Amino acid sequence: MLFSTRIRIDVRWSLVLSALPFVVLVGLYLGTAYVRHARNPDDKIVPTLGKLIDGAKRSVTPDKSGKVQLLLDTWASAKRFGIALAIVFLAVPLGVMMGCFPFWESLLYRFVVFTDKIPAIALLPILFIAFGLGELSKVALMVIGVFPTVCLDAYLRAKSIPDEQFQKAQTLEASGFETVWLVVYPQIFPRMLDTIRLNFKSMMALLLAGEALAASVGLGYRIFVVRRYLAMDVIIPYVIFMTVLLYAADVTFQWWAQRYKWVDRE
Amino acid sequence: MDYLIQLTDVVVSYPAEDGGEKSVLENIDLRIRPREFVSLVGPTGCGKSTVLRLLLGSQFPTSGTVLFDGRPVRHIDRHRGIVFQKYGLFPHLSVLDNITFGPELEQLNLWNRIFKYATQKYWQVVREQRELARDLITRIGLAPGDCEKFPFELSGGMRQRVAIAQSLIMRPRLLMMDEAFGALDESTREEMQLLLLEEWEKNDMTVIFVTHNVAEALFLGTRVIGLSQHWEDEDGRPAKGARIVVDAESGGKHPKPTSYKYSPEFNALLQKIREDVLDPTQRTRLCEFNLSHRDALRD
Repeated sequence: MLFSTRIRIDVRWSLVLSALPFVVLVGLYLGTAYVRHARNPDDKIVPTLGKLIDGAKRSVTPDKSGKVQLLLDTWASAKRFGIALAIVFLAVPLGVMMGCFPFWESLLYRFVVFTDKIPAIALLPILFIAFGLGELSKVALMVIGVFPTVCLDAYLRAKSIPDEQFQKAQTLEASGFETVWLVVYPQIFPRMLDTIRLNFKSMMALLLAGEALAASVGLGYRIFVVRRYLAMDVIIPYVIFMTVLLYAADVTFQWWAQRYKWVDRE
Repeated sequence: MDYLIQLTDVVVSYPAEDGGEKSVLENIDLRIRPREFVSLVGPTGCGKSTVLRLLLGSQFPTSGTVLFDGRPVRHIDRHRGIVFQKYGLFPHLSVLDNITFGPELEQLNLWNRIFKYATQKYWQVVREQRELARDLITRIGLAPGDCEKFPFELSGGMRQRVAIAQSLIMRPRLLMMDEAFGALDESTREEMQLLLLEEWEKNDMTVIFVTHNVAEALFLGTRVIGLSQHWEDEDGRPAKGARIVVDAESGGKHPKPTSYKYSPEFNALLQKIREDVLDPTQRTRLCEFNLSHRDALRD
């Protein structure tokens, strides 16, 4: 059964099987927490479910000045992520230009390939030294890490548009600019949404690295600053929350891309 | 100007891997009058598409001149339209948008598009062009309900109809068909042939129809040109590039009924052209080229 390609698993069993790894993971965790707490009730490293819920509650209840920790952190991180995302979107028209016009290809292709190979986190010290510890460095890190990848993907997709379409567009009196903007760019945009979506994880990782080292507010900042107190009851809920947020963003982009029903259909 | 198209001593070759030269077209001389329907036949890979590209303006000859309406062809423009076998339509646009693409580009500029909500012009132009496009759509045999469909929802025959309409709406002086019906089944192909003939008669247009199906070529064209690399010169040396080995009237009174395809004269001519042009084992001698059309050039 395990190695058969011919069996069909019906929906209910499929759900049961899918839930299994989660159940095992949660079960192992809760089991470990229980065992450790039996020996030492003040254990901080593997908090029990009750302590996790308490930690989560503390993050969402307003403090003395009426502010909610989680919301402030989320907003700060979201701002940085959002600005970086907006800039990364510009990689699409740039990649398309590189793919369509030999001049831009010669000028930029090798440069973009090179910057794509730079391990972005290695730039972090340089950015901090050059631009200080503020928002610019953190956003720049995300952009430098992800922009070349998206740009190259757009470039390759633009190059794979058949020549016939370019020639046809020219018989319809389209200039180079019009061909790129009205023919090439709209065709690759839905697939670019997928590429950008797949890079969310990298962007988030770079954001957390930046916040861990130099921030005073933010999701990454929070989980790193409370490690000094071994506050796993805050860290674990935060991590779960970040995962859920990224999942929601991923699903949103998927929905957006699916609205273009003509994509990749023959 | 007597001749719409003039190719003089056109040679197309490119450097080969071993340092020599690979010849595609060798000394092509061609004159075509306006309103001719020229069928261009030849074996696969002989350079028929190269000839089209020279006329289109996407490729330039290694030597020789390509004149359109007296002027050398320097770039692709609206006066020479083309319909490809595949990849002819924009997949992200509906049928109507595909067809109005050209006219909208012509009449609207960037500002009109950016400020479309502020000016009347954009909506007016779009409305007019869509009306014209709808007329054309019904004329080429599609239903009004097909207007908002996307190319992926259309069958092969429907796509080619839209591709033809896309070119026709620009009123080109020359329409080139690059094996446009090659991917269609027999009955659809016959419908498309009749459609093309109708459109050719209605518009002031010259058509060059490239195919490797000789029967189709003979049925459609008033003039049949055979391009082939299976020839040899007087001394028996084989060819390097392709030449025009046949340039003849296609026989039968125009417009030809579909029954002409079964007539003996049709089949005789068909056989002859197949031997001369397509058959690689039969090398036609230079002096035996059938260059009988009144506009054919003999060196």
